[in-house]
Amino acid sequence: MRPLIHPIPPGTRDILPDEMRELRELQRTLGEVFARFGYGEVATPTLEYDEVLQRGEGRSAAAAYRFFDENGELLALRSDMTIPIARLAASRFADEGGPLRLCYIGNAYRAVRPQRGQLRQFMHAGVELLGAPAPEGTAEVVEVLSAALDAVGLNRAVLGLGDAALYRQLLAALDVPDDAAARIVDRLADHDLVGLEREVSSVEGLGDDGRETLLRVPGMRGGAEVLERARELGGAPVERAAERLQATYEALVERGVAGRVQLDLGLLRDLGYYTGSILEVYDPALGHILGGGGRYDDLVARFGRPMPAAGFSLYLERVHLAQLEEERVEEGAP
Amino acid sequence: MSPVVDRAIRARMGGPLKLALPRGALWDETLDALDRIGVDTSEMRSDSRSLVFEASGLTLVTMRPSDVPTYVEGGAADLGITGKDVLLEQSDRLVYELLDLGYGSCQMVLAARAGDPSLGESERRMGEMRIATKYPRIAERHFEGSGRRAEVIEVKGSVELAPLVGLADGIVDLVATGRTLAENGLEVREEIATSTARLVANRVSHKLRAAEVDELVGRLRPGAL
Repeated sequence: MRPLIHPIPPGTRDILPDEMRELRELQRTLGEVFARFGYGEVATPTLEYDEVLQRGEGRSAAAAYRFFDENGELLALRSDMTIPIARLAASRFADEGGPLRLCYIGNAYRAVRPQRGQLRQFMHAGVELLGAPAPEGTAEVVEVLSAALDAVGLNRAVLGLGDAALYRQLLAALDVPDDAAARIVDRLADHDLVGLEREVSSVEGLGDDGRETLLRVPGMRGGAEVLERARELGGAPVERAAERLQATYEALVERGVAGRVQLDLGLLRDLGYYTGSILEVYDPALGHILGGGGRYDDLVARFGRPMPAAGFSLYLERVHLAQLEEERVEEGAP
Repeated sequence: MSPVVDRAIRARMGGPLKLALPRGALWDETLDALDRIGVDTSEMRSDSRSLVFEASGLTLVTMRPSDVPTYVEGGAADLGITGKDVLLEQSDRLVYELLDLGYGSCQMVLAARAGDPSLGESERRMGEMRIATKYPRIAERHFEGSGRRAEVIEVKGSVELAPLVGLADGIVDLVATGRTLAENGLEVREEIATSTARLVANRVSHKLRAAEVDELVGRLRPGAL
């Protein structure tokens, strides 16, 4: 038979009926959970003005695919779902009082490395809670996330909970010069603990206590006892972050979802807009992160309306893969 | 004592930690390091054909050093040992780099034929150098980072051949003793980076098996004994 292949761009794919049926089921289940908690679904355009997405800044918020429209305006395929929703909340719900509960299911687009089989197009499903400050707002988001994971059968999934501001505040409180601090944060964002140790050791005028704090904090992860261990290191930034995390953790205990939360002081998400608690989602059956989120108390203000906010996003293709792996584990398959 | 694998071993089923080990230049010292923390390596030393071993509560998976980040990133191994050269070349792999194990020290260098001016000449007259290497990304980053242009030619085998027969003006390669360079009439022109063996971890394993990972890191840390 003659091969008849009309190529599609690398990193994109066609979805065939068997997979689509399962993905739709997954979307339906997640949609029901979001609705149960009172979140209303919104859809924003796949295309945004590039200038809108630029307000998110940070490593991976920048749009990868940009082009001009017929009027010469610079447009971009959205790289993220949260920034468009922050824009929407600031402009469309400007007069609304009380917290806004919004959810979405849609595609976002990322740059890929060649030859790696990475996807340019990701299906995201998540919620944004706008106008509810920490710790209760964060706790509600974690509760919804936890219920969503249970509903899709990932009962073993774990939520990493960290603090986006902790490490930078620590560096500032220890008077680490800006350029050295930038290099240190860069190493941490790269998960390069060897490079982190080298950079921290080369900071001049840093005492032994400060050095130990900077080297030990990124490895601190576990249950509530992590906060005790962190406090032993001392210092105002650690104390402040521990207080923030403790308040969130207590709110999670109250809601009965603390059991699947792992406190993690080394967490650092690579989006520039996170301000407080940050989240990552893991499942023991899969070696990749299933999603993430956190507080972004300054982002909506960049669109002219100061408002505390938090949310999470699940990567649906990965969640689907984790479901498949969990089924294999359950069946005891090889 | 047949170490033959009778079933595929999937990641993360609560079983033993899976550690990816590099066959090749780092192999002997890696086994020595495992010996020091009390892992029985006798089977791995005597059996060069099996790929998977069970020893002292660990599953040990052996592979080319350059495959280690791939297996660890994908979660097929919880942890792995490989050279910093491999990690630099595959810098987009999302793995935790936990520990400098100290052994397997070597240099990434730019080398050319001794006394041969063609590197500088090509740069002056053609605007770029022709560089053969097994590490195209490290080479490109090095020249970009120093504001120069190079035509990077990727080869798979003995890189030293390229400048001898005129494929390239120079090479970017890993040098341990410098003997191979000298034997082929090459000399080091620039040092790019130092490489040693590193312990890396999968992002999810680093979180979900934190206690076991930290315990192993503590034991493997040079000077821990």
